[in-house]
Amino acid sequence: MSLDQLYQQIILDHSKTRHGSGLSETPAPDGAQTGQSHQLNPVCGDEVTLRVAVDDGNVAQVSWDGEGCSISMASASVLSEMAEGMTVDELHETIGAFREVLRSRGKIQADPEILGDAAAFEGVARYAARVKCAMISWVAAEDALNQAS
Amino acid sequence: MVATPAHLLPSTSVLDNAEVLRIRNDFPALSQTVNGQPLIYLDSGATSQNPLSVIEAEQEFYEQRNAAVHRGAHHLAVEATDAFEDARQTVAVFIGANYEEIVWTSNATEGLNLISYALSNATLWAAQGRGEPRLKELAVGPGDEIVVTEMEHHANLIPWQELAFRTGATLRYIPIDGSGSLDLEQAAEIIGESTRVLAFTHASNVLGIINPVHKLVAMAREHNALVVLDACQSAPHLALDLKKLDVDFAVFSGHKMLAPTGIGVLYGKQELLDTLPPFLTGGSMITTVTMERAEYLPAPQRFEAGTQRISQAVALAAAVNYLSETGLDRIHAWESELGQRMVAGLERIEGVRVLGPAAGEERIGLAAFDVAGVHAHDVGQFLDARGIAVRVGHHCAQPLHRRLGLTATTRASAYLYNTTDDIDQFLDAVSGVRSYFRV
Repeated sequence: MSLDQLYQQIILDHSKTRHGSGLSETPAPDGAQTGQSHQLNPVCGDEVTLRVAVDDGNVAQVSWDGEGCSISMASASVLSEMAEGMTVDELHETIGAFREVLRSRGKIQADPEILGDAAAFEGVARYAARVKCAMISWVAAEDALNQAS
Repeated sequence: MVATPAHLLPSTSVLDNAEVLRIRNDFPALSQTVNGQPLIYLDSGATSQNPLSVIEAEQEFYEQRNAAVHRGAHHLAVEATDAFEDARQTVAVFIGANYEEIVWTSNATEGLNLISYALSNATLWAAQGRGEPRLKELAVGPGDEIVVTEMEHHANLIPWQELAFRTGATLRYIPIDGSGSLDLEQAAEIIGESTRVLAFTHASNVLGIINPVHKLVAMAREHNALVVLDACQSAPHLALDLKKLDVDFAVFSGHKMLAPTGIGVLYGKQELLDTLPPFLTGGSMITTVTMERAEYLPAPQRFEAGTQRISQAVALAAAVNYLSETGLDRIHAWESELGQRMVAGLERIEGVRVLGPAAGEERIGLAAFDVAGVHAHDVGQFLDARGIAVRVGHHCAQPLHRRLGLTATTRASAYLYNTTDDIDQFLDAVSGVRSYFRV
């Protein structure tokens, strides 16, 4: 596999222009539940803190702060862009589908219908050492959602 | 034409690319392709590749001499014991030590833990009047200080943190200055009457800097402190004479010097090793055992409980022979040249910051660097696609990286089998990193 299949244009773009970056100071809507999760990859020092606000079963806000490689940062950016507007159940399903692809060592193809821009991370699954980079913000989102519900 | 074996060349000649190309033929792993590119291995600071003579030494041991050592009267047991103890002698000569001063460990980390646990056991023994009276001098307790440096590998930091925790002693550290050198003025203030142990690295695995051992030892001697030297990045690359350096203990790992994993060396001055209580206890390290207590053998067996890493020790001796035949001074000179070439080249690439000494200043054959706007993991991936193996991350030196305002860097580290062309291709690849990642 070539480097360009790993570092797809979407990944390079999102790693530079990071959607949802910077923890939101905007108050969550009245009645909304919030959750926050901090995840650290001790191997490379990648770090993500991700905050969600859930309002009536919908993901109302996603913001995050982090430091790490282009894959971890792009992954957090894509996640936060996709997640806003989803229902909590949809986001859980998307996280599950993303995890399945990333842990497949390249055996499972990403379905763009379900994963949207996150399908671009399909190539990461072939690099065992980088799977955690792509997963870190998704693990944080799952944890934050569980706290918010 | 059959190439002249490297060790048959006159030792006065300097290593050059032509000889390095011959040396490479001895290393099967170096002839492979990675991602469709010839492998350029620049991660010897993490672990080195093995020459055939080392691989064959281990295989030959298993094929012909495999047995438990120091027990049994049969032929193979004698052969195995001879090979094991000959290996000890080979390593002793290699570092200017006596045979009894070489303790086998799994790696340098185990060696450092062994010293730190033997010292806290000394504290326990002394408190209960056990062992030799001299143990009281080695005991560590509240009010005592253990001194390390800010550039240590975690292996030469955490065992001392834990020794301080177990004994109530205080851990202090010698800071680095802006250029990455140890601040010797501060060292002179920090090392004092309360210092019981001074532990520092001979050569930094991140900065590439060689620390002034003599000056630091002199400071420790003034206050009767023990000196522990982490020789992981020096023993494989430069001629070591531990007696001349006058350190009390030194550790290094076999796998960084052409040997297999699982074997390391702890050097300790004989009178210290024979005085200190053991760390691990069990078989092969005792004289008399009753149901209540045991008497222990002198060093080195005192510190070698249980069945040892026999084939690995034999292979390490083969590695030491390979290095000695090539000549440590020649290896050191060649790697210094490669290190200078790396740093000079890296300094010319826009956005690249090299840690440690600038080009022209002494360093071993490694360089850790930051590429502005690109995470080290991405740099490593980019280089890997070109068949270039480097290390990325904090290199087990988080406090040093934090001090330098970084979380992760990329490190290229050379050995006797790297050519100047390896360095040039590495530099060429690094110069393409920022544009690839759109910085």
